[in-house]
Amino acid sequence: MKNLITLLLLLTLSFGVVASESVELQEADIDLSDNASLQRGAQHFVTYCLGCHSAKYMRYLRFALDVGVDQQKVLKEIAPEGASIYDQIHSAMNKHDAEKWFGVQPPDLSLIARSRGADWLYSYLKSYYVDPSRPFGVNNLVFEDTAMPNPLWQLQGEQHAEARKTIYGEYTKLVLDHPGALSEREFDLFVNDLVNFLVYVGEPVQLERERIGKYVLLFLIIFSVIAYLLKKEYWKDVD
Amino acid sequence: MKPTRLSECGNWVLERFPITKFWNDHMAHYYAPKNFNIWYFFGSLALLVLVNQIITGILLTMNYKPDAKLAFDSVEYIMRDVPWGWLVRYMHSTGASAFFIVIYLHMFRALIYGSFKHPRELIWIFGMLLFVALMAEAFMGYLLPWGQMSFWGAQVIISLFSAIPVIGDDLSLWIRGDYVIADATLNRFFAFHVIAVPLVLVMLVFMHLVALHEVGSNNPDGIEIKASKDPWGHPVDGIPFHPYYTVKDLVGVGVFLVFFATVIFYMPEVGGYFLEHANFIPADPMKTPEHIAPVWYFTPFYSILRAIPDKFAGVIGMGGSIVVLFLMPWLDRCKVKSIRYRGGIFKKALFLFVVSFLALGYLGTQPVTPIATTMARLFTAIYFGFFLLMPIYTRWEKTKPVPRRLTKLQTLEEQLHAIEEQLPAFIEEITEIKPTTAEIGDAAFRATFFNRRPNPKGIAHVLSRLAVKLKGSLD
Repeated sequence: MKNLITLLLLLTLSFGVVASESVELQEADIDLSDNASLQRGAQHFVTYCLGCHSAKYMRYLRFALDVGVDQQKVLKEIAPEGASIYDQIHSAMNKHDAEKWFGVQPPDLSLIARSRGADWLYSYLKSYYVDPSRPFGVNNLVFEDTAMPNPLWQLQGEQHAEARKTIYGEYTKLVLDHPGALSEREFDLFVNDLVNFLVYVGEPVQLERERIGKYVLLFLIIFSVIAYLLKKEYWKDVD
Repeated sequence: MKPTRLSECGNWVLERFPITKFWNDHMAHYYAPKNFNIWYFFGSLALLVLVNQIITGILLTMNYKPDAKLAFDSVEYIMRDVPWGWLVRYMHSTGASAFFIVIYLHMFRALIYGSFKHPRELIWIFGMLLFVALMAEAFMGYLLPWGQMSFWGAQVIISLFSAIPVIGDDLSLWIRGDYVIADATLNRFFAFHVIAVPLVLVMLVFMHLVALHEVGSNNPDGIEIKASKDPWGHPVDGIPFHPYYTVKDLVGVGVFLVFFATVIFYMPEVGGYFLEHANFIPADPMKTPEHIAPVWYFTPFYSILRAIPDKFAGVIGMGGSIVVLFLMPWLDRCKVKSIRYRGGIFKKALFLFVVSFLALGYLGTQPVTPIATTMARLFTAIYFGFFLLMPIYTRWEKTKPVPRRLTKLQTLEEQLHAIEEQLPAFIEEITEIKPTTAEIGDAAFRATFFNRRPNPKGIAHVLSRLAVKLKGSLD
């Protein structure tokens, strides 16, 4: 028993270790039960991302059902003109054009939150800075030499990177030069809503499985207790 | 009782088909030692996970498309649009990792209680063949989601075959069916994963169990219960597998499923160890991921591969690390089976082996750095040292006398009861009552638990006693 516990402990310890990132990531505040945030995030996604990126594994109908919005409202306020409620969230951009303009086809974002993580996305979208040496005039602190221009620059404003020295070492700080249409706090919330939506899109069933999980675990615990009592009864005569 | 129509029907079958005989031989009249402990749950749990993998696997194939263009999409289709598809998929992906956890613990049980020794060598060999088949099954299954790690993991492992002199390049080409991992590879891996290897697994499980039931189960005391029989020819220390162990294993199943369900419903990725993050990106032959790591259950062997500087030697080392396990029954020269009566040198060697196996597993998930490589080499040396020096150090072993009959097992309740009895004295020892100057309340108040402060002297006593006990248990 003791050996088993140590073994499990060691196993869990090794699970806890995650590869270190060069830039410290900012924490996104993910709450998938916040339907208002998910709706805002979906609107932001369609307005600012869908031009180039699709979320092709996601259907408008699924979103309407999961988030509890009227289907007509989804079509009117979120989906682009002409989309049907049964459609997947496809981008209008042509593949060949994309390769001509950006060098690569912008990736589908259905699973981006699962491959990159919420904190990475949140930090990435906030870490653009002016860099004239890049084709689009911007670079990113989290994802160096990213091929994506900053789609949110009008909202955030323009930042530049500044090297700072402290007694602990050097780091780069982003300083806002020209404020955008949103204040810093508003912009953080904006990005957070967007990332919240992407986390939802990554695995729409998340809330549902956590809800079902409670009952499954309850059943299994009761089952185990009954099985133990049964075992005790059967083993009475074994000495 | 007058035979009914139904029982006549039943008898008609039983007269022609030996179900009763089979049931009695392997369940109701199969005598197992009565002192099985927690380590003995993992055999039946392995069977449970195998059944889980087969059933969920069959359900997955109903919607999965083994086509390089469609595979990734079809997995997401299962996750989103197929009713309960997500549950089936998570049961399968979590089952894969659970299979290895259960099997590693099952194998460790064999190591500590000497279950691989005479007369159970063949059970161990079948078990090892099962382990190899399971690794092949897992490796080929991992390609099917067609994510980046599926693709590049398979690319790395298959390219290992090209390290073999002369025939290497042709061999790896033959395995892949193309110059890179491609649709042809996916299709053949699918065929192997869903039909060829599962057939082998089921057949080997059958042989593993037939061999086990021929010689009988080992036990934590490592003595043969068949040596002392009652006048009816039943082992005195044995109890029929059914109903005693069927109900006991049911408890194990319940507890296991609690953990299993927790992973499925609350942490299906397990921080990128059960489902790797990079595998949520579709396979892209033009883009190599920065860090290619196999799934956690392969990492100890992957570490050994990376630790050896020469590629071909690394492949030999990795293969060798599994081949030495096959040789266990002949490497271990000690006649005593159970760790309870074995010498300190074996316990220490086994401890080092476990540490090196876990460390290699951890290092295999990490990127290569000079320090990590040095560590991996050290642990690789310990890993092989455990096996290859075994014929030498097990010969000197100073074993303890082995009892003729099974020793009495303390039940869980007795253990808890013993702890309950010792607890007040234990608290008394490691704490002291806070000296109070103010008069708050009566003497009874002062004696309560919350007025106690840790007593450094007492804690030191307990720790030193624990250390002595630990050292004693290693001798």
